Amino acid sequence: MDLAVFLVQCLNALQYGLLLFLVASGLTLIFGILGVINLAHGSFYMIGAYLAYALAPWAAANVGGGFFTALAIGVVLSIAFGYALEWGFVSYLYQREHLQQVLMTYGLILVFEELRSILVGDDVHGVAPPAWLAGSVQLGDVMTYPVYRLFMSAVCVLVALALYAVIARTRIGMAIRAGASNREMVQSLGVDIRLLYRVVFAAGVALAVFAGMIAAPVSSVYPGMGNQVLIISFVVVVIGGIGSVRGALVASLLVGVVDTFGKVLIPQTAGILVYVLMAAILLWRPEGLFRTG
Amino acid sequence: MLDDQILLAASNLSRRFGGLTAVDRVSLALVRGEVHAIIGTNGAGKSTLVNVLAGELPPSSGRVHLQGRDVTRWPQPRRARGGIGRSYQRTTIFPRQTVFDNCRLTAQAHHQHPFDLFNAAARCAESTKLAHRAIEQAGLSGQANRIAGTLSHGQKRQLEIAMCLATAPQVLLLDEPLAGMGAEETERMLGLLAALKPGHAILLVEHDMDAVFRIADRITVMVNGTVIATGDPVDIRRNADVQTAYLGDIDVPGPATVPA
Amino acid sequence: MNKSALSHALPLAAAGALLVVFPFVGGKFYIDLMVTTMILGIFALSLELLVGLTGLVSFGHAAFFGIAAYATALLAPQAAAASIAWLLPAVLAITTLAAAAIGALSLRTRGIYFIMVTLAFAQMAYFVFHDMKFAGGSDGLYLNIKPVLALGSVTLLDLDRPLTFYYVTFGALVLVYGLLAAVRRARFGHALAGIKANEQRMRAAGFSTYPYKLAAFALAGGLAGVAGFLYAVKDGFVNPEILAWHQSGTVLLMLILGGIGTLRGAVIGAFLFVVLKELFQSEALFGNFARHWQLPLGLTIIGCVALMPNGITGLPTQLRSLRTPVPHAG
Repeated sequence: MDLAVFLVQCLNALQYGLLLFLVASGLTLIFGILGVINLAHGSFYMIGAYLAYALAPWAAANVGGGFFTALAIGVVLSIAFGYALEWGFVSYLYQREHLQQVLMTYGLILVFEELRSILVGDDVHGVAPPAWLAGSVQLGDVMTYPVYRLFMSAVCVLVALALYAVIARTRIGMAIRAGASNREMVQSLGVDIRLLYRVVFAAGVALAVFAGMIAAPVSSVYPGMGNQVLIISFVVVVIGGIGSVRGALVASLLVGVVDTFGKVLIPQTAGILVYVLMAAILLWRPEGLFRTG
Repeated sequence: MLDDQILLAASNLSRRFGGLTAVDRVSLALVRGEVHAIIGTNGAGKSTLVNVLAGELPPSSGRVHLQGRDVTRWPQPRRARGGIGRSYQRTTIFPRQTVFDNCRLTAQAHHQHPFDLFNAAARCAESTKLAHRAIEQAGLSGQANRIAGTLSHGQKRQLEIAMCLATAPQVLLLDEPLAGMGAEETERMLGLLAALKPGHAILLVEHDMDAVFRIADRITVMVNGTVIATGDPVDIRRNADVQTAYLGDIDVPGPATVPA
Repeated sequence: MNKSALSHALPLAAAGALLVVFPFVGGKFYIDLMVTTMILGIFALSLELLVGLTGLVSFGHAAFFGIAAYATALLAPQAAAASIAWLLPAVLAITTLAAAAIGALSLRTRGIYFIMVTLAFAQMAYFVFHDMKFAGGSDGLYLNIKPVLALGSVTLLDLDRPLTFYYVTFGALVLVYGLLAAVRRARFGHALAGIKANEQRMRAAGFSTYPYKLAAFALAGGLAGVAGFLYAVKDGFVNPEILAWHQSGTVLLMLILGGIGTLRGAVIGAFLFVVLKELFQSEALFGNFARHWQLPLGLTIIGCVALMPNGITGLPTQLRSLRTPVPHAG
C-alpha cells in the first residue's frame, strides 16, 4: 500500500469514525442519562437520510439554499420530533425493565420502517452534495479525494467540539456528567430532571438525524441503513463504555480504523472484524474503555 | 485465647477507590463464641470492610485468613462455601418464595448437584434438613410456609439471618441486622444472636449502641476507614479517643447497662 | 397426582392430543404451518430457559438457530440421505460449542451490555454466513436430500415424508418441553431462578454464578439448534436471513406474547405470533396494505408490552390485580 492509498484510507477511517461518533454519542448519552436502551436510534439516522433526500429539492425550490437549508430544517424538525417522542413514548420506558424497553423500541423500528415505506417508498436514492463541495482535492500524484468527505469530517469535528463545550462548560453539561453517574445527585442540584431527559433525548435524536443527513450524499439513501448503523453503534458503546462521550469518540475512531483498513487489507473478513475487536476488548475490559458510574 | 479458635482474621486490610481510602490497614480477629461489633460514624468504612471480608470486594492490600488458610484471593462464593455467611443491610430475601424455599435454596449451595435433572430440588433431603434447622434457629418455625414478601419487617430480617444460617457457616458477618426494628423485634434478634454465639464467630456492624454494648464481647471503633480503638465494652466506654470521635454523635451508654 | 399438578397436566395433555390428531383434520397448508409453529415453539422454549428462568436477555439467539441450520445443510452429503443418528448429534454439538464460546465472552458483561453484546455476536454470525463463499453467500444453501433414520437397510424415519416429519417435530417439541420442565424442577433450575431473582444473594450463599449462567446459555443455544436442524430439513433451504437480528427480536416477541416465566407461554407465544403474522400478511383482509404487515406487528409489540407485559398466560393474574380495589390514603 503506497502512501497516497494509505492516506486515503486514513481519511476514510476518520470520516466513518466521526460519523459513527455522532450516532453513538447520542445513543450512549440516552442510555447513560435516561437509562433507556433505544433500539430505534438507527431509525433516526435513516430518517435523517430520507429527510435530506426529501427536503433538499423542496428547500431549493421554495426557500433557496438547497442542501444547507435542508440541514437546518432537518435539525429543527428532529429536535421537535425528539421532544415529542420523549414526551409521548420514551417517558413511559423509564421505570421498565430492559427487556420491555428493548421490545418496545424494537416495535418502534418496525413502525418507523413501514411508515417510511408507505410515505416515501422502498427505493434507493442518491442525494447530490452542494455543488461547491462536489469536487475532489489532489492527494499526491495520482489520488484524489472527494471534498465532501472532508467536509463531513470537518463538520463532525465541529459537532464533537460543540458537544465537549456543552458537557464540560455549561450547567446542563454538569447535569449531564452528574446524571450519568448519579440521578439523585442531579435532582438535588436543583435541575429539573424531566426537562433534562427531554433535552438529552432530543439532542440524541438530532445528532442521529443530522448524521444521516450529512451522510446521505456519500452512503446514499436506502431502507436498511438504519439497522446497520445501529448495531455498529452498539459495538461502539460497548467498547467505549456506556454514558461516556469520550469513550464513544475513542471507540468510534477505533472502529472506523479497524473497519476501513480491514476491508482493504482482508476483504473476506470485511464485516466481521469490528466484532472481533469487540470480543477482544471484552476479554480485556468487560465494562468498556471509559465506563462511567 | 487459643489460635485455633480464631476463625476469621484480617491483617492490614486496605481498600481504596481511586483517591479515597475506604478501609485503611484494618486488622481484626473473629473468635468462635464471640460477638465482635464494629461501630463507627457514617462513612467510616464498616460496610466496605464487611464486603472485603466476605469476598465481594477484593482488598487493595492486606490478607484475609479463614481458619488459618489464606483466602485473600478467593472469590465470594468460594469463601461462602468455606464457611463464611453474611447478611445484608438491605433485605435480600426472595420475596415471591416461601420462607422454607428461601432457606432451602441457600442451603442448596452445599448440595448443588447441578447435573442431576431427575430429582426435584424440593425433594433434596440434605438442603431440606438444613433449611428446617435454620428456620428453627432463627425463630421462624411457624412461618415456614408463608410467602416471604408478606412477612413483617422484623421477620424479614430474621429470614435474612435464617438464609445465612442455612449454609451452616462458621463465621457470620452481619451488616446492621437490627436496622429498622422496634424494641420487641430487637429483643428477639439479640436473643437469637446470643443463642448463636457458642457455635459461631460473629461480626456485627451496628448503629444501635444499646444493643451493641449488651451483646458484644469485643468492639472495634472505626473512623474514616481506620481503627481508632479495639477492646472489650468496658474499655471502649472509657476510651478517650472514642468519646472524642463520638462527641455529640452518639450517646455511649454508661456503666448502668449490663451486657445481655 | 395432587390437584395442582393435574390442573397443569390436563391442558398440556389436551394440547398434545390436539396436535397429534391435527394432521387428520387439517389440510396440507395448515399442516405445514403447524410444523413451522412447532419449530418456532422449540426455538422459543430454548430462549425461555435463558430469559425466563435465568433472567439473561439475549438479543442474539437467532445465531444458534442459524448456525445449526447451516451446519445441517453443510454437513449433509449432496448425493445420499444422511443418517439422523450422526447428523443431529453433530449439529447439536457444533451449536452448543458455538453457544459456549459466545456465552463465555458475552457473560463477562451484564444487563444492558449483555443485550448489546449478544446482538453484536449474532450480527457477526450473520456476516460470516452472508459474506463467506463456503456457505453460499447471500443466495443461501440447499439441503438436497433429507436425512433419514435407518437401521441397516430398513428406513425407520424418512424425513422427506411430510407426515413423518410432522410427528418427528412434535416428538422433538415434547422432548424439549419435558427436558426444560425437568430442569426447572431440578436443583440446577432452582439455582438459575435464584440467580435471576438476586444473583448477589446466590453468590453470598456459595453459588459460583458464572458457570451456571454459561451452562444455561450453552444449553439454550443447543436447544435452539434442535429448532434450526428441523428448519433446515423442512424446506431444504437455508439463507443468512434466518440469522438476521429481526429473528432474534421475533423470538423475544413470542415470549412476551405468551408470557415470560412459563414453558407453555413460550409455545403459546409462538403459536400467537404465527397467527398474527398470517393475519397481518393476509391480502384477503388488508388488500394491498398487507405488504406493510410489519406496521401492525410493531404496534402489536408496543401494545403488548405496554398493556399486557405478562403475556397471555399472565392475563388472568393481571386482570385479577386490576379488580382488587386500590386502598385510599387517609
